[in-house]
Amino acid sequence: MIRPVLARALLLAALALPGVARATEVTTGQLDNGMQVVVIEDHRAPVVVHMVWYRSGSADEPAGESGVAHFLEHLLFKATDTMAAGELSATVAANGGSDNAFTNHDYTAYYQRVAADRLELMMRMESDRMNNLRLTQSDIDTERQVILEERNQRTENSAGALAREQMMAAQYLNHRYGVPVIGWRHEMESLTLGDALDFYDLYYSPNNAILVVAGDVEPQAVMDLARRYYGVIPAEDNLPPRERGQEPPQLAERRLIFVDARVSNPYLVRSYLAPERDHGAQQEAAALVYLAELLGGSPFTSALGVALQIDSQTAVRTSAANDGASLDDTTFELVVVPSEGVSLDEGEAALDAVLADFLATGPDAAQMERIRTQLRAGEIYALDNVQNLAERYGAALTQGLEVEDVQAWPDILQSVTADQVRAAAARVLDRRQSVTLWVAASQEEAR
Amino acid sequence: MLRFMSLAAAALLASLVAVAARADIDIRQVTSPGGISAWLVQEPEFPFLALEIRVRGGTALDLPGKRGAINLMTGLLEEGSGEMTAQQFQTELETLAATFEFRAYDDSIAISARFLTENRDQALALLRQALVEPRFDPDAIERVRAQVVTGIRANEKNPSRLASSAFDALAFAGHPYATDQSGTLDSVAGLTRDDLIAARHAALTRDRIFVSAVGDITEAELGPLLDDLLGGLPPEGPPLPDRVEYALPGGVTIVPFETPQSVAIFGQRGLKRDDPDFFAAYVLNTILGGSSFESRLMREVREKRGLTYGVYTYLVPRDHTELMMGSVASANDRIADAIAVIRDQWALLAREGVTQEELDAAKTYLTGEYPLRFDGNGPIADIMVGMQVVGLPPDYVVNRNDYISAVTLADINRVAAQLLDPEGLHFVVVGQPAGLTESQ
Repeated sequence: MIRPVLARALLLAALALPGVARATEVTTGQLDNGMQVVVIEDHRAPVVVHMVWYRSGSADEPAGESGVAHFLEHLLFKATDTMAAGELSATVAANGGSDNAFTNHDYTAYYQRVAADRLELMMRMESDRMNNLRLTQSDIDTERQVILEERNQRTENSAGALAREQMMAAQYLNHRYGVPVIGWRHEMESLTLGDALDFYDLYYSPNNAILVVAGDVEPQAVMDLARRYYGVIPAEDNLPPRERGQEPPQLAERRLIFVDARVSNPYLVRSYLAPERDHGAQQEAAALVYLAELLGGSPFTSALGVALQIDSQTAVRTSAANDGASLDDTTFELVVVPSEGVSLDEGEAALDAVLADFLATGPDAAQMERIRTQLRAGEIYALDNVQNLAERYGAALTQGLEVEDVQAWPDILQSVTADQVRAAAARVLDRRQSVTLWVAASQEEAR
Repeated sequence: MLRFMSLAAAALLASLVAVAARADIDIRQVTSPGGISAWLVQEPEFPFLALEIRVRGGTALDLPGKRGAINLMTGLLEEGSGEMTAQQFQTELETLAATFEFRAYDDSIAISARFLTENRDQALALLRQALVEPRFDPDAIERVRAQVVTGIRANEKNPSRLASSAFDALAFAGHPYATDQSGTLDSVAGLTRDDLIAARHAALTRDRIFVSAVGDITEAELGPLLDDLLGGLPPEGPPLPDRVEYALPGGVTIVPFETPQSVAIFGQRGLKRDDPDFFAAYVLNTILGGSSFESRLMREVREKRGLTYGVYTYLVPRDHTELMMGSVASANDRIADAIAVIRDQWALLAREGVTQEELDAAKTYLTGEYPLRFDGNGPIADIMVGMQVVGLPPDYVVNRNDYISAVTLADINRVAAQLLDPEGLHFVVVGQPAGLTESQ
């Protein structure tokens, strides 16, 4: 059984339900300056996760300044009017906590994990750097080297990551999702103090932010603190509407061959443009969750796993992935790592045969039910990690969803039918809106 | 006294001790009718159980010429057992929505299971079958062998893996630690079904088993269940490998590899987990290169000079040796600078030690961070089984922060001078480093 996750509009009188030992309660509210607040209660341990999410990520960057959203994320750990560079992290550490931040195409988020009674201190510092950052040219020069080393580590040193970057650039004809979050190297090298400050001044504003507090806290107390620290920051009047360039109809499939001597085993990826979860319309994205599991979830029971890894020795690995959490069009991806002696061409033919068969016959009913059961259990297991719950809300609220969408999602997942999966497959598995990527160590291997 | 602490934080300091004390979770020691012991924390809030099992020994028990056997065997535990083929087993597992993980390490085999209360008995019966009655079907062996081979090939093109493999080969020649637990392409190709059966009898035995459980279960329920689950394993395993003394002299080894960023692994001798100075060394490591942003190396190499995205150090007390290690990655034309800064910092810390402020800040961080680890059934089960493996008592959870707090400035600076060996630091660098020469 799944315990219901309760949502209550936060009013002054909306205190915790007396004496009711609910596992996880979610309370939402909004400050007068437009900042959204989400409180998730989990009283098992005296811990709190304090997160601030901004509705701006790399896909919101101006053209030619790729990487500036992530660069700014690093720079937010520098000085403010009242804190020295590094003081925030040092203070968190000196209070026995940990802190970090992350940037994605759709959001930038900052968090601290700390003993629950340190929440006020976290809010004081986090609200301070929303408005009072004081960057120097020296910060820019040094930290730009750090992000270039980060790109070296994540991307330049990994053939697979470089190949993926090329694939995403080919997948998106017009949308900024085709540009890597870390940035293109040549644009990162020329990012300036002004670029960072322009992004900061516009987007780091309460009406563009969501506060998520999860753990051993009382919603009313959190709301009071939020008003005191975040509520006094003025809203940004010039916040632009979030309209990024959307994809035109994709009418021609793209094929890439990426060759790099550091590739150990040749493999192929097929990526299709796919619909994401939208406010009030998550059904198709839910069907794609099943489609990914049915095609490439378990290597033992999924269509690709059985056909390519069990019934034949065509592949050593297969997988399917789809992330419906996205503000704009997302992707549905399939991977095949052919067995020794099997060419990429043969691997791709085997992949396409499985897809054709699936489109013709539709999902296996028993497999649908097993996936349904696992998704239901997944909700129970998810309750064990309050930070992940916090991230669900933070991500969703920056990606066009509302609290009710997050709470409806488990039930929507449970309600998916075989017909919906079949219809979603027919719509998404359209080669015209796909990229097929072959990755190999040499031209000879790319066959 | 706390350099980084602001006024508001100082006001909160008084409550820190109380917070730390709340990591005092209620650990029950359970012994089954058949004599298998386990640690239990009852957590009825959510209807599932997290179960962690460790078997000491691990892939270091591979027989000569059979490198990779225990790793391959571990990968096959989920590939068919009892009357079930791999597919039948996995189908059943998915029907129950249970998850099992079987992982091989140098010194242990780790088994993690998570299953719902509503079908606990069926899930445990499946887990028992995987551990006690694995089939090692020929088609499954070939399937997993191919996966292992793919992994070995990937390691040969991965700078970080190349660095640690080269370091291990230099540091532990002649010992199982010197080679990768996956084995080589040749050794894996030669493994037979009989080798896998022998590997299971060596690596999954009752005499070296440790169990923890957290979740929706009582002591009375857990005991008999342990006998059913593990009673069918062989009673005892072969002798454990000999100790190996870390004796790699200081220097630089370069492994040429065409890639833009050099990856360096570095190490020196360490100290045992039960060494009286372990806690002083642990705090020292936190100050030098521990995982927070506050370490000296992060400040000097990253924050001040922008030479890397991350630099870390860690104590590595293994079952048969002990060392202190670190890692860093910098562009080929900057790695020499990063290494020079690390060496300087190593020498500076050995020579001058830490300040009282640094020690206090590190202690506050470590004692405050400790209770935050106990934040879910899975993490608590993992911590408890780890404690058992290294021989810690249940009340360590309560006393651990006292051990950290007891470290004095004199202790830590004595240990800094004794332990840190800038001359003995050996760097293995994978890449095309500029301005760096090999030395021994």
